[in-house]
Amino acid sequence: MSEFLYLYRLSADSLHALDSPNQMQERLKKWTAWFKELEAKNHIKNPGHPLASSGAVVKDKRGTVTDGPYAESKDIVGGYTLIEARDLAQATQLASGCPVLEVGGVVEVRPIRQM
Amino acid sequence: MVPDDHFFRREAGRLLATLTRILGVHNLALAEDVVQDTLASAVEVWTYRGVPDHASAWLMTAAKNRALSLLRRERTARKFAPELGQLLDGEWTLKPVLEEQFLPPALKDDELRMMFSCCHPRLDEEVQVPLVLYLLCGFSVAEVASAFLVTQAAMEKRISRGKKLLAKSKRLFELTADDFAPRLSAVHRALYLLFSEGYHGAHPEEVVRVDLCHEAMRLVRLLVDHAPAATPATHALAALMYLDAARLPGRVDEAGDLTALFDQDRSRWDAALISEGLKLLETSGAGDELTEYHVEAGIAAIHAASGTAEQTRWGDIVALYDSLMRIHPSPVVALNRAIAIAQHQGPTRGLDALRAITEQDRLAGYPFYSAAIGELELRCLRPEVAREHFRIARALARNEAERRFLDRRIAACDRRSAS
Repeated sequence: MSEFLYLYRLSADSLHALDSPNQMQERLKKWTAWFKELEAKNHIKNPGHPLASSGAVVKDKRGTVTDGPYAESKDIVGGYTLIEARDLAQATQLASGCPVLEVGGVVEVRPIRQM
Repeated sequence: MVPDDHFFRREAGRLLATLTRILGVHNLALAEDVVQDTLASAVEVWTYRGVPDHASAWLMTAAKNRALSLLRRERTARKFAPELGQLLDGEWTLKPVLEEQFLPPALKDDELRMMFSCCHPRLDEEVQVPLVLYLLCGFSVAEVASAFLVTQAAMEKRISRGKKLLAKSKRLFELTADDFAPRLSAVHRALYLLFSEGYHGAHPEEVVRVDLCHEAMRLVRLLVDHAPAATPATHALAALMYLDAARLPGRVDEAGDLTALFDQDRSRWDAALISEGLKLLETSGAGDELTEYHVEAGIAAIHAASGTAEQTRWGDIVALYDSLMRIHPSPVVALNRAIAIAQHQGPTRGLDALRAITEQDRLAGYPFYSAAIGELELRCLRPEVAREHFRIARALARNEAERRFLDRRIAACDRRSAS
């Protein structure tokens, strides 16, 4: 088994979209179902966390700081999960069911480098 | 575990009512932001970490903490709830006051206050009802617009008119106010309309419609549980909703087609709702007040108690429609009365009653007026005449289910003509 990091990237617009309570309910339902499926097959090493959209980027040693992680990029990492899978092929295949894809986001699948 | 289907909607309504009370009704927009922010954070965290056991309490605490820091940060810059006044100003009293505001009895009162506030006499019913859905039931503007089949822009206008009026008032409606009784009638009316929109409305998607009925029932339950609001009229309105809702499972068959009352599979009616509705109706008999809700609930109770359309006590139903015409006359009531007369005394008498309806022009756009004429003409064995009326009705039909229903009736006329 190898470990992979899922980074859920989506546009600033869809990250900040004002969902109605019903839409929130739907979203929670979809994500919960997806996580449950991965969990049932023992693919989740750590469910990870959502990331707040605030924050800062430190640019250099003098302490130059810009607002927010996405000041210069359109894609924001909305959260991450640590996954266990046989290989990259399986890890990407599992990611294809991720609800973030339904809102125009992407899942970046990164193998964790092992010794 | 994912909470039940309407958890977020329901919580949004409760949180907004309470936050509006704490922050002051003039800060309604700010309260909306806090609700949005609280729910959005919750859904983010719960997505990854699972839903906590006491999800509702979790949200209340999260909202309370947001309100607390908002009040601390801005109490010099903004004015908050005038009725809580200086209690919010002092650090010593701030926290205990907030704690109290988030306890169940206060939460319930706030929902009621918001409900009564939405039914302000200076707002039309076409604003009141959407406002209730938006502020108390957690519907988005788009969802309210779709429930009422109007454009989002048009609904946005109505709702913001309502919100503006609320934001200009000094405080939410006080449940001890002198005009409690007249305002309660307005609330009854709004909830009745909300329920009817769900039950008889034009919306093509059954799901949305049933949702509206359930919201109306949830809100009427709040009235029933609050002693000063639990009047005979409130019980009658609740009875009417429960008894009518009991028939919802029978109204649409497996294919999603509308089924007329006469042809419904009555074993699909909800027995629990019927028995609850009958209990409510009994309680509504206390006192000598007779409202339109009493009469309509009485009619629904007769249907609920009848094993078949034939066994129904149509004579009693006609009599109840007669009193409804005295208390609260309308062309739709007259139409239903005529149908009951046809059941009781035959289609010819029914047709007479239909033709005698005054203000027929108000029914001109309503497909079930022409459909009723068609039905009775068919029973009088005049299928050609009947077909014409069904065709008129079909042209007025508002959704696919209605169109399919009328197509079946037109086909029945064809069969009758051929034989």
